[in-house]
Amino acid sequence: MFVEFLSLTDFRTYPQLDIALKPGVTVFVGSNGVGKTNIVEAIGYLASLSSHRVSNDAPLIRFDSPRSLVRARVDRGGRSISLELEITAGKANRARINRGAPVRARDILGHLRTVLFAPEDLALVKGDPSNRRRFLDELLASLVPHHAATRSDFERVLKQRNALLKSARASGRFTSAHESTLEVWDQHMAEAGAALLKARLELVDLLQPHLNAAYAALTDGSKQAAAVYRSTIHSQLSDDGEVENDGGAGLPPLASLSAAELAELYLAAFKQQRKREVERGISLVGPHRDELELMLGQAPAKGYASHGETWSLALALRLASYYVFCEDDPAPGAAPVLILDDVFAELDSQRRSKLAGIVASAEQVIVTAAVAEDIPEALSGEQFKVVPGGVASGQETV
Amino acid sequence: MYEGAVQELIDELGRLPGIGPKSAQRIAFHILDADPADMKRLVDAVTNVKERVKFCSICGNVSEQDTCNICRDPRRDPTAICVVEESKDVIAIERTRSFRGRYHVLGGAINPIGGVGPEQLRIKELLNRLSDKQIEEIIIATDPNLEGEATATYLARMLKAIGIPVSRLASGLPVGGDLEYADEVTLGRAFEGRRILT
Repeated sequence: MFVEFLSLTDFRTYPQLDIALKPGVTVFVGSNGVGKTNIVEAIGYLASLSSHRVSNDAPLIRFDSPRSLVRARVDRGGRSISLELEITAGKANRARINRGAPVRARDILGHLRTVLFAPEDLALVKGDPSNRRRFLDELLASLVPHHAATRSDFERVLKQRNALLKSARASGRFTSAHESTLEVWDQHMAEAGAALLKARLELVDLLQPHLNAAYAALTDGSKQAAAVYRSTIHSQLSDDGEVENDGGAGLPPLASLSAAELAELYLAAFKQQRKREVERGISLVGPHRDELELMLGQAPAKGYASHGETWSLALALRLASYYVFCEDDPAPGAAPVLILDDVFAELDSQRRSKLAGIVASAEQVIVTAAVAEDIPEALSGEQFKVVPGGVASGQETV
Repeated sequence: MYEGAVQELIDELGRLPGIGPKSAQRIAFHILDADPADMKRLVDAVTNVKERVKFCSICGNVSEQDTCNICRDPRRDPTAICVVEESKDVIAIERTRSFRGRYHVLGGAINPIGGVGPEQLRIKELLNRLSDKQIEEIIIATDPNLEGEATATYLARMLKAIGIPVSRLASGLPVGGDLEYADEVTLGRAFEGRRILT
């Protein structure tokens, strides 16, 4: 698929911006702070309803404006879909598809698919586990839209259960009344947690082969890349009160279990951890504390990988999600739009050319860069000069 | 800021649910312009509701007497109790005219974030009613959201020990709707709760 037209109203620094885009490579060049990333951020937002730069919507709206409007026309195998999203701070966003009646923003998911590479991706490898959980959950939601609900359902149960544990701790004494209420939330959290865990495990299975292949293609292939999902479902409270996780040694792999069996495991783990959870007033077992460990060869990437390897692994994760999308919907015109936001400046020349060679074949690639020289030759295409408040007319580069 | 009484009225109105500062101001000025007799009726209605309306001592529904119309009505089926969160839900179910038993209003749902636990709900009163051997079925009609489901789970666990059959309202597709318009969660629930026809 490709974005053929993008219109921003009161989005970030732009009062109004209209750009016609073509399939193939499009490059936005401009000095720092002129608003290159704002353009690709808007495209990414239409696809995922979240920004790769900020976690709430307020900064997306131009200062002093009540709302911002992102509109795009997307071509998918010759069919044209128009998407419109109204972003209002502190209120539910609304969407319109093909100029129809307004619908919930969530209904827009799945119409435009993007895979976005950004300098922030380094945190996928180096950052704390929440970055990797978010990566999985966002990919899940764009692959299977109802998993957006799977995650938000789990988060609501978790909040309620934590509130209960916290108030039980504050009351000073854990009574049988607390216990019987907690059992109810155990039940609901086990079910919601098992649904999320099951979905994540299936996704990791899909990602695994592509991750290794993409890492090999980006590097000389001397190390194997792998992603291992480490679940807190196997947490055990040892005699000295420390939490241990034996990774479920001797038990069947989690991926082979059904959601109902996972829920049973969660219930058992909650029972096991009861004392400690009550003491600390917080939920210690569940998908909210799981980790997707990235491995290079035998060593964990976090802490052991060099800066270059970290970059390659982050890029490989994004590429792997691109391939998962392509595999999920092999129809012509269904491949996602690739967005490379300011990535090339961070890479050495070898990685640059390898990445460029891999992404050049995508139906649409949108690249931002501060200087045109950073863009490898393999990615020649239409170039836009971004100036404060707008975009100068495009020119072809050879 | 307006002077004295006007601002006071705006502030009071603004405390009502669903009314923001702008709406409060609009209503206040409407009251200021309105016919005094009309406003007297409004004041009386507010005073009366606070003075006269009580909660039914049996089911907890709103009532002007010690017990509500439904609990007093001898034609109601004494064997079934429908458990709801609020009095509003009683009215909603009454409109269906398909339930002829009596109700029990819990006064909310279990919601730890909001500080509502089982002891804040009228669950003890429900248990007291169950000592009446006539009761053969409990229908749980709490809201189909997380807090309502948690309340239903809690009640079901507790009532299991007593041995009275407990049922839960079905969730699923809206009647008269199109399957294609149902969202994934609703449709998924409808699948789980499917019935066998033959």
